Amino acid sequence: MTLADTGTRVRPAAEAQLLDGLRTIGSDIAGMIPSDVPAAEFWTDRKLHYKLVSPLNRRKFTVIVVGTGLAGAGCAAALGELGYNVEAFTFHDAPRRAHSVAAQGGINAARGRKVDGDSLARFVKDTIKGGDFRAREVDAWRLAEESIRVIDHMDAIGAPFAREYGGQLATRSFGGVQVSRTYYTRGQTGQQLQVAASQALLRQVARGSVNLHTRTEMLDLIVEDGRAAGIVARNLITGEITAHTAHAVVLATGGYGNVFFKSTLAKNSNVTAAFRAHRRGAYFANPAFIQFHPTSLPVSSEWQSKTILMSESLRNDGRIWVPKTPGDTRDPNTIPEEERDYYLERRYPAFGNLTPRDVASRAARDEIVAGRGVGPLKNAVYLDFRDAIGRLGRKVIEERYGNLFEMYTDATGEDPYVVPMRIAPGAHFAMGGLWNDYDQMTSIPGLFVGGEAGWGYHGANRLGANSLLSACVDGWFTLPYAVPHYLADLLGSPKPALDAPEVAGALDDARGGVERLTAIGGTQGPDRFHRRLGDLLYQHCGVSRDGELLAEGIRSVQALREEFWSDLRVQGQTDGFNQELERAGRVADYLDMAELMCLDALDRDESCGAHFRTEHQHPDGEAKRDDENWRFASAWERGADGRYIRHQEPLEFVSVPLETRNYK
Amino acid sequence: MKLTLQIWRQDSAASEGHYEDYLLVGAGPEFTLLEALDKLNDQLVSEGKEPVAFDSDCREGICGSCGITVDGRPHGPVEKTPSCRQHLRSFADGSTVRLEPFRNGSYRVVRDLAVDRSGLDRIIKAGGYASIDAGTAPDADAHHLTHEKAEYALDMAACIGCGACVAACPNGSANLYVGAKLLHLATMPSTKAERSTRAKEMVRVAEEEFGPCSLYGECVDVCPAGIPITAIAGVNREKLRQVLRGMAD
Repeated sequence: MTLADTGTRVRPAAEAQLLDGLRTIGSDIAGMIPSDVPAAEFWTDRKLHYKLVSPLNRRKFTVIVVGTGLAGAGCAAALGELGYNVEAFTFHDAPRRAHSVAAQGGINAARGRKVDGDSLARFVKDTIKGGDFRAREVDAWRLAEESIRVIDHMDAIGAPFAREYGGQLATRSFGGVQVSRTYYTRGQTGQQLQVAASQALLRQVARGSVNLHTRTEMLDLIVEDGRAAGIVARNLITGEITAHTAHAVVLATGGYGNVFFKSTLAKNSNVTAAFRAHRRGAYFANPAFIQFHPTSLPVSSEWQSKTILMSESLRNDGRIWVPKTPGDTRDPNTIPEEERDYYLERRYPAFGNLTPRDVASRAARDEIVAGRGVGPLKNAVYLDFRDAIGRLGRKVIEERYGNLFEMYTDATGEDPYVVPMRIAPGAHFAMGGLWNDYDQMTSIPGLFVGGEAGWGYHGANRLGANSLLSACVDGWFTLPYAVPHYLADLLGSPKPALDAPEVAGALDDARGGVERLTAIGGTQGPDRFHRRLGDLLYQHCGVSRDGELLAEGIRSVQALREEFWSDLRVQGQTDGFNQELERAGRVADYLDMAELMCLDALDRDESCGAHFRTEHQHPDGEAKRDDENWRFASAWERGADGRYIRHQEPLEFVSVPLETRNYK
Repeated sequence: MKLTLQIWRQDSAASEGHYEDYLLVGAGPEFTLLEALDKLNDQLVSEGKEPVAFDSDCREGICGSCGITVDGRPHGPVEKTPSCRQHLRSFADGSTVRLEPFRNGSYRVVRDLAVDRSGLDRIIKAGGYASIDAGTAPDADAHHLTHEKAEYALDMAACIGCGACVAACPNGSANLYVGAKLLHLATMPSTKAERSTRAKEMVRVAEEEFGPCSLYGECVDVCPAGIPITAIAGVNREKLRQVLRGMAD
């Protein structure tokens, strides 16, 4: 037996030493109140025990909601409907533009209407298994239960879900499941849900229950007596930095995938709000868990601003291959059959080209690293429809994938009906995020989190079509119960005064932070650092990781950070619309975030789902989980000595027994 | 490629604007127009000059954040395509391309190429929603919506809110935008109860914020979502229906 098969390994001394310099091990933490209630009934029981605020008292409370994506818009609208004063913030010019808008495939719901064997229990099983047993089981049960009325609600507020000819809701299947539970609106599901949610939000704005601040970015969290008491925000048009206080704060600010620069995320998606809350004491959970989508378009030029996602449904008919000979630059159509390696079909005969995202991404990366990558930059693999067109005819392929083929042509200028598509793994969904307990509350009382900004539900890996669901459930049907439960105890206490010392302190810090960036007066703009950071992370903390690479990654990130703080140039003024200044602040946070990601990846000495440590694999190359030592969520706290403290939330799996994922 | 970019520079809504010429070198035909601006900005920053401000976000044609006028045409030379998906291959090497903000009386310039399109949201705020609270919706399968009607609603709901229709219109009218939303919501069974009130209020605010429509149809050519011109007829239809019915629904 080789070292790679043993599961547990002795950490090399250099790696252990680096880790010890960066982190200490803290106490275990609990994400839920201990209870004898079975997982399936946990949510019902919890709702029964939540404290309520009477309708007449609700207007005495102010809640800040940052972000107006599916989770944020839903939460702000729902709390507004209930009668709370809501202050909603978005850095966009309109709430509809949040990045939830870009999700294509669909939204899962365990309605179980068909006779295909779906049920709440099966939904939970698929979700837990898809998350490679690194998510909290009771959360998945809640997600399943609320998924049913989320569909009703989104339909009612205007999302035109696809319908069967008889008028009933239509469903389709999605990766990682064997039932049909995905509700959709063509390839625009995210857009339609987001537009419906932002309309519901604007309805509350018209009613006066929500005060919406557009083009306003959160710079800091205000903490008073250990509780979240408000935020510091910058008006992006005037540059004015102001404090806003409230009884509770909800962060629904999305994921941190843009730390990779070239990701499938929108350009402005960032980690600043969550990371600054983390600096104020909120634990950050499982930052190493990033999903790499296997069918992104490869980077074609140095100046490419992001990666574009092609729907993974293309893998139903497209065959993935690379030339067997490294460095083969021939026109793909002239490469004979026997010189092609259909490596997914070879390695995974049962699932073939439809292996889960992490498996397909890893396999593509292996081919590229081995020198068999294709395209001008040798950074892609082929996704070939030649055989499908030959078998089914061009017309059928056009009907199935026409819009995606057009999108590809539009992006690359190549015709995929004639030349195989080039695809590559791209950084996509963040599965880590601010740690939160079962009530969506972070380690700072009064600070709640929803959607991709949190860490829940999905764990190390994730099912497509569960992310729109989790954002909708958090916003409409979880936070509106949990936030009032917290507020109920605060009845009679006013929201913090604007002249409180903590407020003034946070304001000073935020203003100082801006000055610190502009005072450097170096030579390089923030984007240059961001691009380099992204390359570095792809290399060291990407699709596959190992201890040595990660250790090197940490040192490189630290060096880049040092260079950033000595050579950054922020062009322009601070008292107006200044996109360079916005970017500079975000890149400063990305640099710290990247270090934490590498640290978490180095620390987690196992493979699980998308976190693949090459030291931990089964003989067949699959991820080898280590449940004995790592069956917990890591929740990182920033210690006073500059080191991180790792807290552990042990994870229990009762209704879905631990098993090894197998897609062969 | 080598291009001369003639770009509108304006510090803020309160200041005067002017064009400035910039030489962009080393760009490729595969660059999007916005990536060309990214490269130009990198060049400007390294020379200690002010980079060009412009709005963009998803860069996949769905968020509606981006929007610039290219050689007098909102979004650029390729029809029904947002700015983020316009590529330099549309331009001849060595040519001059003029970039300016979306022009419309109700769009204030925020800075350079970024404009304020909040008027579009004020139209939605006037009634472009369904008055249904969380947790009160009936079973979505309890009402039927035929496949054809659902597809039609989706055609109308496809608007990404970029506001190019308004910028392209000689009248500065937002009727394509308003009509699409009215027809989308009028088709959905759950949102019909306030159909007339919605038409009345949305049309009122649209006329206050933007202008009337003379059916030029230029909006349709630039719409990245492919909203059809029949959406414009929807404005009159829904308004007339409201007048004749004289009821809230």
